[in-house]
Amino acid sequence: MTSTAYDVAATVTDPELPMLTLEDLGVLRSVEEHDGPEGPEGPGGWVDVAITPTYSGCPAMASMRDDLAHRLRDAGYDDVRVRVELTPAWSSDWITARGRRALAEAGYSTPGPAPRHAADAPVTLNLSPTRRAIACPRCGSADVELTSEFGATACKALYRCAACLEPFEHVKEI
Amino acid sequence: MTHHDSVYDGLLGEDTSQWAFGTDFEDPLAGVDTTLPDDVDAPALAAYCLMLGDDALIYSHRLSQWASNAPDLEDDIALSNIALDLLGQARLLLARAAAADPACVPVLPEGSPVPPEDALAFFRDEAAFRNVRLVEADDVGGDEGDFAVTIARLLLFSSYRLALVERLRSSRDPVLAAVAVKAVKELAYHRDYAGRWFLTLARGTEESRRRLLAGLALVWPLHDELFRTHPVEASVAEQGVGVDPATLGAEVDVVLEQVLSTSGVARPDVAQVGPVAGGAGRDGRHGEQMGRLLAELQVVARAHPMGLW
Repeated sequence: MTSTAYDVAATVTDPELPMLTLEDLGVLRSVEEHDGPEGPEGPGGWVDVAITPTYSGCPAMASMRDDLAHRLRDAGYDDVRVRVELTPAWSSDWITARGRRALAEAGYSTPGPAPRHAADAPVTLNLSPTRRAIACPRCGSADVELTSEFGATACKALYRCAACLEPFEHVKEI
Repeated sequence: MTHHDSVYDGLLGEDTSQWAFGTDFEDPLAGVDTTLPDDVDAPALAAYCLMLGDDALIYSHRLSQWASNAPDLEDDIALSNIALDLLGQARLLLARAAAADPACVPVLPEGSPVPPEDALAFFRDEAAFRNVRLVEADDVGGDEGDFAVTIARLLLFSSYRLALVERLRSSRDPVLAAVAVKAVKELAYHRDYAGRWFLTLARGTEESRRRLLAGLALVWPLHDELFRTHPVEASVAEQGVGVDPATLGAEVDVVLEQVLSTSGVARPDVAQVGPVAGGAGRDGRHGEQMGRLLAELQVVARAHPMGLW
């Protein structure tokens, strides 16, 4: 085996955003190699992988688990156990700088800082469209308008550029 | 990309006899520590998780009826997304109920591969559902179906549920607390969506305002039920794992008042729906449309109790 289990797991990409690895998305929380009862060279070793959902209803979780298990098995790790980690809850702030570059290159607008929901203050109601300082990923114009806070997947909002008239998707702050 | 030769390879393991219509439905709490603090009453916690899980499940089903029926594509997608968030919350909450008290899960034939959260969703009868009655009505195909009704109902429901999960973040049950932290982020988007559409319809045309007011009058009689404390809710609140909904009324009304006053709409002055045979939704007493909803939701799963989905 030439690479560690973490390096293998880190190559698995998101099923909906294939330009992004689960590591860059912030969904891959940890990968730990455990020895079998007879030590590192003996049988019975296993890999523990923890992932966290982006949204509660994220339908890609099963597919991510499947892809992680298969990629690690292909790399020689026979016993792979993928578990869900609910705490701390995923935030778009966890998307790495490399992940943001990959999203931008693929024509997505990247998320700004996630809203802070303080534990001791009620969440504020926003009756006007969310203001985001974003630019059209195609032509760079800042003259853009929100079409919908909900897009083709749970993690995206829909925008339209008033300059080049093209629609584009924005990865939401959460 | 997966490395399967066939998309069906590896989905079912060795035994293909129980394959029904799709891929494996895996445990949404896989690997999550579901151990309870020693002094927590597990059956009460499970009953409480069913209440919150059923609210999300039933309303998710209703909202998903808008898929391909909404006034425009953006709202079709928005309502489907909101339904999906709620379905995710429902899965986690029903799975949490099953882990806390396996006795609450319907017994299926020996060897059935149906996971506990599916057994709870598809194999309970109407009287075992614990959702509030607000979430049951058909706003899409029913007699009073109208997008404006959905907006009024969603505003009421998401304002209530957001206030509830905000408080639930400090539950002594770490699983409920984790579900709540995530739900707060999601419901903040749902409530903003409902509030903005409410304002748009109220300030739109005479017709949009008329329909919105009619929708509000239709859903408002179920307002008070949201804040009526059930003995299970009182018990879990006392144990520090749940929330007494009576303590949420004032803060929810502040939010509703903010939307109503911005929209120039008066708080409806309509009689509240009372208990039926001494009980309401949390006691398993439901409205007329609940049976038809469950028939549609459950019929396929019930036809295949040995199916693997």
